[in-house]
Amino acid sequence: MSDTPYDVVVVGAGVVGCAIARTLAAHPLRIALVDGAVDVGCGTSKANTAILHTGFDASPGTLESRLVTRGYELLGDYAARAQIPVERTGALLVAWDDDELSALAGIQGKAELNGYAQTRPVDSDELRAREPHLGPGALGALEIPGETIVCPWTTTLAYATEAVLRGVEIHLDTQVADIVDVDGLHVLETNHGELTARWLVNAAGLFADEIDRQLGHDTFTVTPRRGELMVFDKLARDLVSNILLPVPTARGKGVLVAPTVYGNVLLGPTAEDVDDKSATDSTASGLAFLREKGRRIMPALFDEEVTAIYAGLRAATGEGDYRIRAEPDQRYVCVGGIRSTGLTASLAIAEYVVELLADAGLSLGPATEEAPPVMPSIGEATERPYERADLIASGPDYGRIVCHCERVTRGEIRDALTGPLPARTLEGLRRRTRVQMGRCQGFYCAAEVRSLLREQT
Amino acid sequence: VTRTVDVLVVGAGPAGLAVGAELGRSGVGRVEILERECDAGGIPRHSDHTGFGLRDLHRLLTGPEYARRRVELATAAGATVRTETSVTSWSGPLAVDVVSPGGLERIEAHAIVLATGARERPRAARLVPGTRPAGVFTTGELQQSVYLHGENVGRRAVIVGAEHVSFSAALTLAHGGARVAAMVTALPRHQTYAGFRIGAAARFRFPLLTGCTVVGIRGRQRVEAVEVQNGASTSRLIPCDTVVFTGDWIPDHELARRGGVSIDPGTNGPAVDPSLHTSVRGLFAAGNLIHPVETADVVALEAHRLARAVTAFLEHGVTDALTVPLRVEPPLAWISPNRAGTSSPTPPLGRFTFRTAAPLTRPHVIVEQDDRRLHESRFRRTLLPNRPCHLDAGWLARIDPAGPPVVVRLV
Repeated sequence: MSDTPYDVVVVGAGVVGCAIARTLAAHPLRIALVDGAVDVGCGTSKANTAILHTGFDASPGTLESRLVTRGYELLGDYAARAQIPVERTGALLVAWDDDELSALAGIQGKAELNGYAQTRPVDSDELRAREPHLGPGALGALEIPGETIVCPWTTTLAYATEAVLRGVEIHLDTQVADIVDVDGLHVLETNHGELTARWLVNAAGLFADEIDRQLGHDTFTVTPRRGELMVFDKLARDLVSNILLPVPTARGKGVLVAPTVYGNVLLGPTAEDVDDKSATDSTASGLAFLREKGRRIMPALFDEEVTAIYAGLRAATGEGDYRIRAEPDQRYVCVGGIRSTGLTASLAIAEYVVELLADAGLSLGPATEEAPPVMPSIGEATERPYERADLIASGPDYGRIVCHCERVTRGEIRDALTGPLPARTLEGLRRRTRVQMGRCQGFYCAAEVRSLLREQT
Repeated sequence: VTRTVDVLVVGAGPAGLAVGAELGRSGVGRVEILERECDAGGIPRHSDHTGFGLRDLHRLLTGPEYARRRVELATAAGATVRTETSVTSWSGPLAVDVVSPGGLERIEAHAIVLATGARERPRAARLVPGTRPAGVFTTGELQQSVYLHGENVGRRAVIVGAEHVSFSAALTLAHGGARVAAMVTALPRHQTYAGFRIGAAARFRFPLLTGCTVVGIRGRQRVEAVEVQNGASTSRLIPCDTVVFTGDWIPDHELARRGGVSIDPGTNGPAVDPSLHTSVRGLFAAGNLIHPVETADVVALEAHRLARAVTAFLEHGVTDALTVPLRVEPPLAWISPNRAGTSSPTPPLGRFTFRTAAPLTRPHVIVEQDDRRLHESRFRRTLLPNRPCHLDAGWLARIDPAGPPVVVRLV
């Protein structure tokens, strides 16, 4: 590795770390982005509910509230320019009993305190008309028209691709074993040798507390909170129009039913504190819980096949807010406790972190604007490559469907294996193209896809 | 680009190729068979063991040999087989949008036959919890990995399911150099032919765990073990690096459903009358899309009946109205065909196919409409789940086309 120290090293290539790297890259700085996994976005960023939140239900006055509100605007705009799959479905917060129904007014008031004034009560008749497949017993709802579904994979990949194109050096499969201060420089000891940097940003998600301790701080502990989810077949997509949110009550937060930008329906998540930061397995009890809840919300979902089950871990800290702070003496910024809202807030967090770095003494230099990269179209709301005569005429591989369930073409697979941030693994290829994410789970195409992967890597 | 053909067949597996060949021979005009894979032939393409073709082609072939022969027969009969060609949507009741390396086109037809087949239910759809490591397969994926791509699939495998295809998976694993640690079925016994079972057991010596279900998968990068439970007893771990989910077939009915075709609640495929006509005029369905699943030779033999029905439709423009549904009562799982028309023609091979969800010892099966008993059958053997059971169709003419659903049940 190079002997010249980086100006900034960002530890953690999740959606937040990638956003920070990408935002810093607008300045004339030498930047490294480091992650222990073999791809970007392999932790919390890959397995979540994929919603761009308005922030209507944040705790008013918190940093999270402010950054989610700002991030919603920034990512909405960025997604349009980078062609990140987004569908502005809106959400309905559905009340199933009198307690929940009476809680809606309070939630509306809270939304206004968070600066979101577009919520509207929906009575049971209107609710039934708009979501005819809701189970019996829905009493009414609060509409949050701005809630939006988004592709979390493409978001992280867009940031990382932009970062790479603007000169950020990405070190994947690079685990940070220790961080020491040598003559005013951070020296990161990794499995691939040492990295040195003047400034350090800790965006390590589930591991942010451990990095923070290596810098000598003991201010928070990340307790992984497992969320299990079920993805239903695309043939269920027409059953639901809005994101159907649960009303948070004293008894817990409940589960949501939401369309996905890939044309599926998502049910989840559960919420279970676990000890192990790699405990992304699904459980019999979690699936039983989701089935029970799901059957009440939308019984017809269960007439369709389940396409996938998975679990993600949220970086819970037991605090009511993000834990973002600068340690100017150490030339260090810690970005901890970024919970499920982190996807929405990512660009606002990045903006805030860059301000903290500048205030702490990092000389940023002038910023230059560049258009974000245009990402592959893997959402259902826009034209996919197999639908485009012009693209197929330019390359017949875009007319050669390999993954039939998700209609992924050989051309898209080739692009994902050769782009500026190429997929190195099947998982990486899945997140870039949707290949093998569909109902057959590889019955038809998995062997061929692995063979294409072997040819390219 | 819009083109018109006389008959469009979607899917070039045994059913699609056989019906294409029959139609080609009967001289109905232009017959085109569309196949989304690189090669036509369907599942036999990658079932590289013997046992194909005996009943329909009167010779014993391997799956790939059978697939090639079926393509030759269709082509020789004048049907066009187009590979790497996917039907993506409907543009009219008998018109589809198609994509291929040559671009986009729209194909209209005077009749369409859906022969899109069936797939095995994968791990996620069976809601098996645990980690998501590499090494989890269906038989379809396993066979393609081993036979078409020469992949190394592991050393020690657990097979979930104990029907024909499960034993086919055992053959594939042996070919790929993996040992079978156990075969697991929730049912009280295996459901293949005794000869196949005894042969496989003698050759490969693996335990068959009956009454057991897989309740978890362990391992981070690669499968390390499966967790197996026998009834309510505590579970145990079977170390392995590969797990194959076999059978539990689901018809690939997306295109049918997007076309507004009525689906039979039992088979989950399009509801069809004895002439294999669906609820959409001019749209027929064939093969394992309508009965998940029969062997390739049975599917191919059924094509003769279907081709006659398609020809009659093209010549006279008439079909039966789908008036009376056929329903089964548990423990029977489904029956196919499952609609009776007004003219009550004979179903393919002169019989109905049905399945049971539980083993039945010498069952007494009756068919009734209202209180009228149309038919009864006393079976002298045990009927097993996942195995074809047949019911004579002589009673079809006795159905009242204006009456309520016909019920097939045990006494």
